Amino acid sequence: MSHAFAALQAFLLKSSGLSLDKEKKYLVEARLTPVIEQAGLSDLGELVTMIETDKALAKLVTEAMTVNETFFFRDRQPFEGFRSAILPELLKQRARQRKIRIWSAACSSGQEPYSIAMIVDEEARQLTGWTVDIVATDIAESVLKKAKDGVYTHFEAQRGLPAQHLVRYFAKRKDNWVINQHIRARVDFRQQNLMADFSHLGMFDVIYCRNVLIYFAPDQKRDVLNRMAQRLAPDGYLVLGAAESVIGYSSEFKPHSANRVILSRRSATPHHEPLRAGASLEQARAAK
Amino acid sequence: MKNVLVVDDSPMIRRIAKKILEELNFKTCEAEDGQKALAAVNAEMPDAILLDWNMPVMDGLEFLINLRQLPNGGSPKVLFCTTESDVKHITRAMQAGADEYIMKPFNKQIVKSKFEEVGLC
Repeated sequence: MSHAFAALQAFLLKSSGLSLDKEKKYLVEARLTPVIEQAGLSDLGELVTMIETDKALAKLVTEAMTVNETFFFRDRQPFEGFRSAILPELLKQRARQRKIRIWSAACSSGQEPYSIAMIVDEEARQLTGWTVDIVATDIAESVLKKAKDGVYTHFEAQRGLPAQHLVRYFAKRKDNWVINQHIRARVDFRQQNLMADFSHLGMFDVIYCRNVLIYFAPDQKRDVLNRMAQRLAPDGYLVLGAAESVIGYSSEFKPHSANRVILSRRSATPHHEPLRAGASLEQARAAK
Repeated sequence: MKNVLVVDDSPMIRRIAKKILEELNFKTCEAEDGQKALAAVNAEMPDAILLDWNMPVMDGLEFLINLRQLPNGGSPKVLFCTTESDVKHITRAMQAGADEYIMKPFNKQIVKSKFEEVGLC
């Protein structure tokens, strides 16, 4: 393994938690060649030297190497589960506060939080008088900008998105599809590195963290999961990617009966009991 | 194996669609306009129909309206697959009984995603 590759591995692990094994050499080449060329450098060796001091370049490298694959209603289960299990439970659990906070962590170009926002809109009747906050974060400014713009290509707009949703929630602009203002306004996009402290985001009832942790090294995975547990109400939900599990990384979560991508906090109280709400927990923490 | 009828006047589109659908484990048959498609569904009702809009003799929308009046004509999933890609056309198709709508150009990911949407993938 070359020195440059090892240096890149170390940099990515530290900057974004990304665990890059040596089988991913092709990925480095595919993603970083344009960055190297754009910066007027000759090879990876020069690039890793430069990013030690050049913060802007370091950011470009992180953004190029982090995976942005996403599409609307990806894998279905996490969204069907939200509609059929999480939301009905929260409607009972939060009946007093009438407030639900959802975090889409590593939201990439916005398809995940917008999918949630569309469901919230479809369930608007049940949610009359409720506040539903959707906070969506990603490490990469470039994908966040796309997410905020809410403009999707012909191909993106047809992947995972039912035609009924397309005509209901999007408008056509030239060859692209733009998500409606009222859906866009439901999502608060913010830049956030999951390796950095995210306690300022507040407490959540639901955290979507899908297909992110699979790229993290075990220690980083443990750390992020445990800090997420602290951001999640005791009766809140963690939603993972289809092939992911917390086994061996965190004991804070247990499987939920609705489907296998939904986890609840181990400390959760049965949902039919009156609840110690997330909001009061937050106040208690703030008071400390 | 589920059976998909591909209706399009372009032999090239039929060939591409057929290749993608076979990769997705569907059996396919073809028709080059709405009238031939009606004859085909009368002989054997498929599980799904991938349907172009603009075709000579009988267009896709007219075919769909006729199909939905046939006995068992409500059973196949109909996915429009057309260059018509404005909200008006999509809405009209859905109101006429289409289950999904693919805007050309399409690729395997889109076809797979739409067949998943109608519960066939």
